[in-house]
Amino acid sequence: MGAEPMQSDLGLYDYLPWPGRPKITWPGGKKLAVWIAPNIEFYEYDPPNNPTRTPWGRPNPDVLQYSHRDYGNRAGWQRMMAAMDRAGFRGSVSLNVALCDHHPEIIRACADRGWEFFSHGIYNTRYVYNMTVDQERRIIRDAFDTVRKHTGQELAGWLSPALSNNLWTMDILAEAGIQYTCDMFHDDQPMPVKVRSGKLISMPYSLEMNDVIVYNSQKVTPRHYGEIIRRQFDQLYRESDDSGMVMCIPLHPYLVGQPHRIDAFAEAIDYIAGHDGVWQATGREIAEAYHASGAYDAMSAAAARHAQGDR
Amino acid sequence: MSLPEDYLHYPARRYGMDHDRYDWSDMFARKPIAWPGGARVALSIVTHVQHFPLDMPAKPFKAPGALSMPYPDFRYFTNRDYGNRIGVFRILRLLAEKGLQTSFAVNGCIATRYPALLKAVVEGGHEVVAHGLDMGKVHHSGLSVEDENAIIAETLRLLRGATGQPVEGWLSPGRAQGFNTPELLARNGIRWNLDWANDDLPYRMRTADGALLAMPLAYETDDRVVANEYFQSEPEWVQQVKDRFDVLYRESAEYGGRVMSLPLHSWVSGMPYRVEYLREVLDYILGHDGVWTAPVGQIAAAAESQV
Repeated sequence: MGAEPMQSDLGLYDYLPWPGRPKITWPGGKKLAVWIAPNIEFYEYDPPNNPTRTPWGRPNPDVLQYSHRDYGNRAGWQRMMAAMDRAGFRGSVSLNVALCDHHPEIIRACADRGWEFFSHGIYNTRYVYNMTVDQERRIIRDAFDTVRKHTGQELAGWLSPALSNNLWTMDILAEAGIQYTCDMFHDDQPMPVKVRSGKLISMPYSLEMNDVIVYNSQKVTPRHYGEIIRRQFDQLYRESDDSGMVMCIPLHPYLVGQPHRIDAFAEAIDYIAGHDGVWQATGREIAEAYHASGAYDAMSAAAARHAQGDR
Repeated sequence: MSLPEDYLHYPARRYGMDHDRYDWSDMFARKPIAWPGGARVALSIVTHVQHFPLDMPAKPFKAPGALSMPYPDFRYFTNRDYGNRIGVFRILRLLAEKGLQTSFAVNGCIATRYPALLKAVVEGGHEVVAHGLDMGKVHHSGLSVEDENAIIAETLRLLRGATGQPVEGWLSPGRAQGFNTPELLARNGIRWNLDWANDDLPYRMRTADGALLAMPLAYETDDRVVANEYFQSEPEWVQQVKDRFDVLYRESAEYGGRVMSLPLHSWVSGMPYRVEYLREVLDYILGHDGVWTAPVGQIAAAAESQV
C-alpha cells in the first residue's frame, strides 16, 4: 500500500436523482419488494490478525464476544427462523460460508425452507484488507464452491466479510458471476454498478435497518426497533405507488434472536406481511426481476444520459 | 503490506466448533430440562460485588466499569465503592423482603477489605460466587499458567475461608478468560462458570482437568450494560427484562425448563433511584407460577445430570 494515493471517489456508480427515474415494476404488480437478510456468521475462536483490523477487542480468545456471537448459532437462529416462518418470509442468508462445514444443520434448515444463500466471506473474522487480487479471487471461488457443494445453489449475491473491501472488489465479483452486491447504501432502488466486465447490481441492503447497527451503534431498544421497521416500511410502501422500491432488513440471529428482542421484531414483520402490495422476495429474485423487467438497462441508460449533461 | 498465505488457511474449519471446549448443540432440539417442583423457569439472580483498584492496569484491556479518568480517579473509584457501602445492602434488603436466596459474585479481595459485606451476604442465605481477585486482575492468554493459577487459588482461598462455603462457581472479571482458564478453574475445584454468553441453558464444557459446566448469564439485559453501554433508561431496562422473561417462560411450555438470569451490579441497581425498578422486575417475574428462584449452584446441581 503506501505508494498508492487514495482516491476521493471510486466512481462505482453514476449519480441519478430520484425524481424522473425510469419506473420499476415488480412481478405480479406488487409495489414494494421486502427482503430479509439474516447474517448467519461464524466468528473464530483464535483467528489470525489482519494488519488493518484486529478481529477481537481483547486478546484471543475473547470469550465474551465470541460466545455472544455463538449464541446465534445455538439459540437465536431458531427464534429468528420461527418469526420469519410465521410471517411467510424466506431469508436471503448472508453466509460466512465456513458455517456450511461447522453447522450443516443450520444450513439444511434454511435450504429446506427455500432460503437463498449469498456470500459473506469465509469467516467474519477474515477480512479482505491487504489481500492481493489473486487471494481475493480465491475467497470468491471458495465461497462459490462451498455453497454449491452444500446447497446446490449458485451464488448470486455478496456482502463482504465485515464489510471489508478493496478497490477492485466489485470488478472481481462481477467477473466471477456475482449478480448483486450488498456493500453500498446509496439508494432505495437497485442500481447498476460500473464494473470492468459483467453486470453487477447494488442491491438495497441497509445500515439503518440492520439490527447490529440499531442495537449496538444507535443503542435502540428492541421495541423501538420494531417501530423503526414499521415506519421505514410505511414510508417506502406509500412511495412505491409511483415506482417499485426495495426494503431490506439485515439481521444477526445472535442479536435479534435474543429472548428480549424477538417478539418486537416478529410483530413488525407480521405487520409488513399483512400488506397486499408487498413482494416477499429474496435478493436473487429481486436481481432477476430487475433485469427481466428491463429496469437494469433503463437505469443504466438514464444514468448515462444524466452524466452526459441531460440534467 | 500483503497477507501471508496462512491467512487463507483454516485449520479449524470442520464440523462443530473451532475449538474443543464444548460441542455445538441446538437449544431447541435438546432433551427438555426438568426443574425441581416442576418449575418452568429457574430465576438466577447474580449480583456483582466489585472492587476497582485505583491503580488498575489498562493493559491488555480494562474490565467494563473500570476507572477511566486520569490517575487518581476519585470519581469512579468511589462511585464503584458506593456499591460496597450502600448499594449491596439495599439489594440485600430487597431480596430479604422477597425471601429470595440468590448468588453474589464477589471479588476475592472483598473478603479482606470488607468482611462485614461478605458476612451480610452469607447471613442472608446467599451463595458466594468467585469473581476473580479484583477488577484489575483480568484473565487473558498473556498470563502464564502459574500467574493465572495463583490469582484463582488466592481468590478461592480468600472467599472459601471467609464464607465457609465451598465456592464452586466462577465469574471472571469482565467475563474474560484465557486459553487455560477453564482448566485452571476445574483444577481449583470450580464446577461451573458464568463467563460464556452463548446459551439460555447450562451445558457441559470440556477441560483437561475435569468437568466444568457453563451456566447462562444474560449479557445484553445486564443492568450495567443497559445503563452504561446502551445508555437506556431504567423503565427500558425493566421492559427488556420482562420481555426476556416472557419469551423464556413461553418456551418452557414446549421445550422444557429455561434459566432466566438477572445480572445486577451493586453500584448500578443499588442506586436509590434504581432499586424500585428492580422490585418491579422481581414482582413481575415472581407473579408467575412455576418460577424457581435459586442460587446458581443449586440450578447447576439440578441441571448437571440432565445435560
